[in-house]
Amino acid sequence: MPEVRPALAEQFDSLEQQHEAATLGIWTFLATEVLFFGGLFTAYVVYRFLYPQAFAEASHHTNLLYGTVNTAVLLTSSLTMALAVQAAQEGRNRALVRCLAATIVLGIGFLLVKGLEYREHFAHHLVPGAQFALTAKPKTELFFWLYFTMTGLHGIHVLAGIGVLSVLAFMSSRLNFSSEYYTPVEMGGLYWHFVDIVWVFLYPLLYLINRHL
Amino acid sequence: MNATETAPCADVAPEYGHESENYLHQHTIKSWLLTTDHKRIGILYLLSIIFFFAIAAFAAAIMRLELLTPAGDLVHSDTYNKLFTIHGVLMVWFFLIPSIPAVLGNFVIPMMIGARDVAFPKLNLLSWYLFMMGGACALYSILVGGVDTGWTFYTPYSSTYSNSHVVSMAAGIFIAGFGSILTGLNFIVTVHTMRAPGLTWFRLPLFIWSLYATSLILVLATPILAITLGLMAVERLWGIGIFNPHVGGDPVLFQHLFWFYSHPAVYIMILPGMGVVSEVITCFSRKQMFGYAYVAFASLAIAFIGFLVWGHHMFVAGQSVYAGLFFSLLSFLVAIPSGIKVFNWTATLYKGSISFETPMLYSLAFIGLFSLGGLTGLFLATLSVDVHLTDTYFIVAHFHYIMVGGMVTGFMAGLHYWWPKISGRMYPEKAGQLAALVTFIGFNLTFFPQFVLGYLGMPRRYHAYPPEFQIYNVLSTAGASVLGVGYLLPVIYLIWSLKHGKIAERNPWKATGLEWKTSSPPPVHNFEETPVVGEGPYNYPRLDHEDLEHA
Repeated sequence: MPEVRPALAEQFDSLEQQHEAATLGIWTFLATEVLFFGGLFTAYVVYRFLYPQAFAEASHHTNLLYGTVNTAVLLTSSLTMALAVQAAQEGRNRALVRCLAATIVLGIGFLLVKGLEYREHFAHHLVPGAQFALTAKPKTELFFWLYFTMTGLHGIHVLAGIGVLSVLAFMSSRLNFSSEYYTPVEMGGLYWHFVDIVWVFLYPLLYLINRHL
Repeated sequence: MNATETAPCADVAPEYGHESENYLHQHTIKSWLLTTDHKRIGILYLLSIIFFFAIAAFAAAIMRLELLTPAGDLVHSDTYNKLFTIHGVLMVWFFLIPSIPAVLGNFVIPMMIGARDVAFPKLNLLSWYLFMMGGACALYSILVGGVDTGWTFYTPYSSTYSNSHVVSMAAGIFIAGFGSILTGLNFIVTVHTMRAPGLTWFRLPLFIWSLYATSLILVLATPILAITLGLMAVERLWGIGIFNPHVGGDPVLFQHLFWFYSHPAVYIMILPGMGVVSEVITCFSRKQMFGYAYVAFASLAIAFIGFLVWGHHMFVAGQSVYAGLFFSLLSFLVAIPSGIKVFNWTATLYKGSISFETPMLYSLAFIGLFSLGGLTGLFLATLSVDVHLTDTYFIVAHFHYIMVGGMVTGFMAGLHYWWPKISGRMYPEKAGQLAALVTFIGFNLTFFPQFVLGYLGMPRRYHAYPPEFQIYNVLSTAGASVLGVGYLLPVIYLIWSLKHGKIAERNPWKATGLEWKTSSPPPVHNFEETPVVGEGPYNYPRLDHEDLEHA
């Protein structure tokens, strides 16, 4: 199998410099992403503070089972991603491909479970709008508006992540990443972990707070 | 990596040494549209922003014409609303924000730090395409009927009541925003990782420091604007949302989020101008920058404090008085780093060998106009005074002194300063000086009367007004015509100079800085060989005027 050549772009002097630039670039991009989600988290905090009862009431209508399963699925996918990066680092290409594939499958699994959950919400009329079921309890609609916007935006990021990982899997199935050059895998991994961390915040905010079983 | 691994990389590095052709040697459309050369991308931005500037300036011209008489006799009030929205949106997002960073920054940052290009050249081109796609959305919104919300898109008017093309306009800003985020990201990584050997942080030109601070704001503030406009658009399409009071939403939250971006964005529209002025002042007074480190850190301080003062836009919007007090105090703090800059520029001029070439004239105008704009900002940061002045022409005058008197003047200074490098030709000096003078006079005549108008109580955003305000409005409209001539002149003589200007030498200003060490216009990869830096910036030897003229 041919190796992915550590292509040095012409603007750089050394591979080291190129790697440093890529790393700083992806971290800066993740900082942007944090702020992007930050607007939504701010809105959530403001309204949770203004309407604590409505939010506690509304969060009872989310599906804890789906949410918990999805948390487990996504955390596992972070493990397989970390293993993928390590495999790339050690030049074990078959393990790399397998780990990436596992991560992709888990990502798709996450979206499927999320889809089932959305379907249930539609059936129970929990989507904000004219058909909204909890109109007797004011401000619960705000919770569900935030719920759909936050999980929806997160879902789009998962989808983008699956796209990135697919490209990486395709690359590594045809060529070898080596311990000298695996920057793309590392960068893709950082992005995937970010998407995972966002969910780690969404899960307690949307499913757990004030939920006395 | 150890030394044995890095050593062969020197051989891997592309052979750019023999590349003596300058960056303009290819002429096909394709060579421009698919270029990854930071210099060409800078030119693409230059042409694009001039296009948007022309449309936005035309909208302003119609408004000033309308305001010539007290009655609303030229345009309908609805049309007037659309005119000031077009003017604001295009000037802010499609002219000012990309002006110095994306045009001059793109062109000179890699050269100033001795690099062949930015860290991510393809991403740089993508930024321009995103910018143009955003611009296309904005133009579409204008052509199909316009938007009447003002550039601030306040809810619930924008999300519920406005019958205009809010969503497509917001989409345009959203897309262009990602272009600016990527530009900022590129600059941050470039400055961190691509500096020439020996070029330590405290040997960097102050233009780099100010654009670094600007890039931090672009990367950290713009995503908030994106999500805020996104939420507003979703609310408008879905008919329900978090800014909607019917379901318990708070419209003021929109203002908080909007200004959390837009106040730092105001500093995107001044910091780069300050960077240009630092370059020009040192060059044309042949002196070391007074208090270099203070000026450098003042840029970062302005960027940092800029994130903490957004509430001063909302003193009368129902924000708590205690929040207002803190925002007022923090806003006063911005005056400290700004003051440091102005005093240090002045101290640099002191006993310098000053000559008044066009870039210097613009930079001196910048110092004066920025000071006036900044000091009137303190009026507005004062809670009680702001209650009287909110939404009057005083505000309009204040931010035009910063954004036009400051940033546009800084842009003109930089454009003239680096024109020999960009085009390989000299602009006609006398014409340049004349244009700088005309601009300065026209600008003050346009906007100074607006301070008076605002103080007397004329509200902004109305197409008709009581007759007693007419004299100031006539003065302002007359000034706008002069200002228009001031902006038209450079367009004419700069284009003229492309063919007929004197051929520029490598370093026509005898300036320090790596960008002057390469030919004009520069070769594709900027330098014949990577420069090595052994001294700090602005190491100007004392020169007499005769030396400069013989140079």
